[in-house]
Amino acid sequence: MEILVCIKRVPFVGGTVVLTDDHRQVDTKFLGFTMSPHEECAVEEAVRLVEAHGGSSTVLTVGAPEAEEQLRYAMSLGMDRAVLVDAGARELGPRSVAAEIVGAVETMRSAGAGPDLLLLGNEAADTGDFQVGILVAEALGLPCITGVKELEVAGGELRATRERGRAREVFAVSLPAVCTVKEGLNLPRYPSLPGRLRAKSKPLATSEAGERVEQLRMQSLVVPREERRQAEVLGHGADAAGRVVEVLVELGVVKR
Amino acid sequence: MILALIEHDAVAPSGTSLEALTLARQIAAATGEPLHALAVAGDAGKLGPSLGDHGVEVLHAASFVGDDAYAPRAWARAVLAGAGAGGGQGAARAVVAPASDRGNEVMAYVGAIAGLPMVANCVEVAPDADGSGWRLRRLRWGGSIVEEAVLEADGPGLFTVAPDSVAAEAAGAPVATELRAFEVALEERDLQVRVNEVLEPATQGVSLTDARVVIGGGRGVGGEDGFAVLEELAELLGGAVGVSRAVTSLGWRSHQDQVGQTGCRIAPELYIACGISGAIQHMVGCKGARNLLAINTDADAPIMSKADYAVIGDLHAVLPAIVAELRKELAR
Repeated sequence: MEILVCIKRVPFVGGTVVLTDDHRQVDTKFLGFTMSPHEECAVEEAVRLVEAHGGSSTVLTVGAPEAEEQLRYAMSLGMDRAVLVDAGARELGPRSVAAEIVGAVETMRSAGAGPDLLLLGNEAADTGDFQVGILVAEALGLPCITGVKELEVAGGELRATRERGRAREVFAVSLPAVCTVKEGLNLPRYPSLPGRLRAKSKPLATSEAGERVEQLRMQSLVVPREERRQAEVLGHGADAAGRVVEVLVELGVVKR
Repeated sequence: MILALIEHDAVAPSGTSLEALTLARQIAAATGEPLHALAVAGDAGKLGPSLGDHGVEVLHAASFVGDDAYAPRAWARAVLAGAGAGGGQGAARAVVAPASDRGNEVMAYVGAIAGLPMVANCVEVAPDADGSGWRLRRLRWGGSIVEEAVLEADGPGLFTVAPDSVAAEAAGAPVATELRAFEVALEERDLQVRVNEVLEPATQGVSLTDARVVIGGGRGVGGEDGFAVLEELAELLGGAVGVSRAVTSLGWRSHQDQVGQTGCRIAPELYIACGISGAIQHMVGCKGARNLLAINTDADAPIMSKADYAVIGDLHAVLPAIVAELRKELAR
């Protein structure tokens, strides 16, 4: 089975978001980068599926050349090869990203190695556009199941489950297919040292993203002003317990 | 017209649909277009009166031949049929849906089929000065950042509305909603992805999303075993235990317990966050809490600036003391 996983490099944002002076990006001077959380599960699932069913896996990103870091990380976890569609410093919208992925899949297909399964995150951590998987599937004429939290492949069939409230919905389609997954699908592994070493020499193909007109154009970003609360300190250490219980009563959480 | 997609349970529209409808009505007012709604399957006709209160002039009630299991592409075809219903000048200038799992999914298909951009998680949308495009604000990073953007589309604007961001309000003057039922012609491909089976949940205790009190644990809990005292406190308070992403990534607890951008959103009366620093990934999941008590060794942790109450100290010392004190209180 051939699996293609699409990931996005995003900053690892901690407790506060700081924007650049032009208010067009998150200031990443002091931040590390990662892939979107849902996609870590997509990578893990691809590695497990290839372990179980044979075949090979490709990890792809459309973004800045620095995203090689996330591609190498995915390969250190067991992905076999990587594709970097270099968009330079441009922020491509979901339709452009989908078009680049479709182009890459067509290249794989013409080389006789088209993917049986495409895995993407349900939405990117940063822009949250919720549509790249569906756009790719529609362009390739494939079925797409979104928001997947459980996935099973057997005999060319894909069975996937997602949550709806406290219930679960089950979908079944034939491969090839596209799945967008959510965190919780599995517990991603950490890379091993041999895995990290192997990743350095795994193949990475690079191509240039095309020029596209974005119909949705970001003008600026704003961090909403939150009222900064001054927490009432109830005490230090175990001595605070009495005051905490008083507050529980005041809030009506404990009835006196 | 401005068309709003309504999710419903055959009795009433969902809360997020009414929020989306409120934004759709604002767009209708700003553009001078009539407000229409579209609902799929079930007994959508029953929704008329509640939609009339929200100023909906026409309800397009779509049905399919065969069963009515949810199929996103089929719903998208219904939306496209409804949006084009007026033909020419009468066709939709904008389609607005809730940014729910289904709302985002259906609108992504609408965008894919129609070749139009779909803008997710909007909180404000207005026509631009010359009426050819849109100015809008939408949420990024789970709501931690607002994006101001312009949209130029050679067709209807497609928007989903972020949950809990637009207050649902009825129209100033209710109208009588005209019901227009129609059947959607489908292709085989429209039903390729459809809900084949629904698995109902096994009955269990208090769910995290409904709990009045949530006891949250972060990396500071130290390991799987450290959660015993959080469980104990949750049980005494009739609440549930939630965790940060750090905890589920370490495999200490199941992802089902995760509160945050990639976990669940909670809205309890009280959230007691123990050993949680307050990364935005976590905070967007608990911002619905009415009161926040943070227990942390670090008085300068980011969570402190969002807390109502704080205890400075090690949760392993503080929580057992609270449990002991609470048992005394409850035994009174």
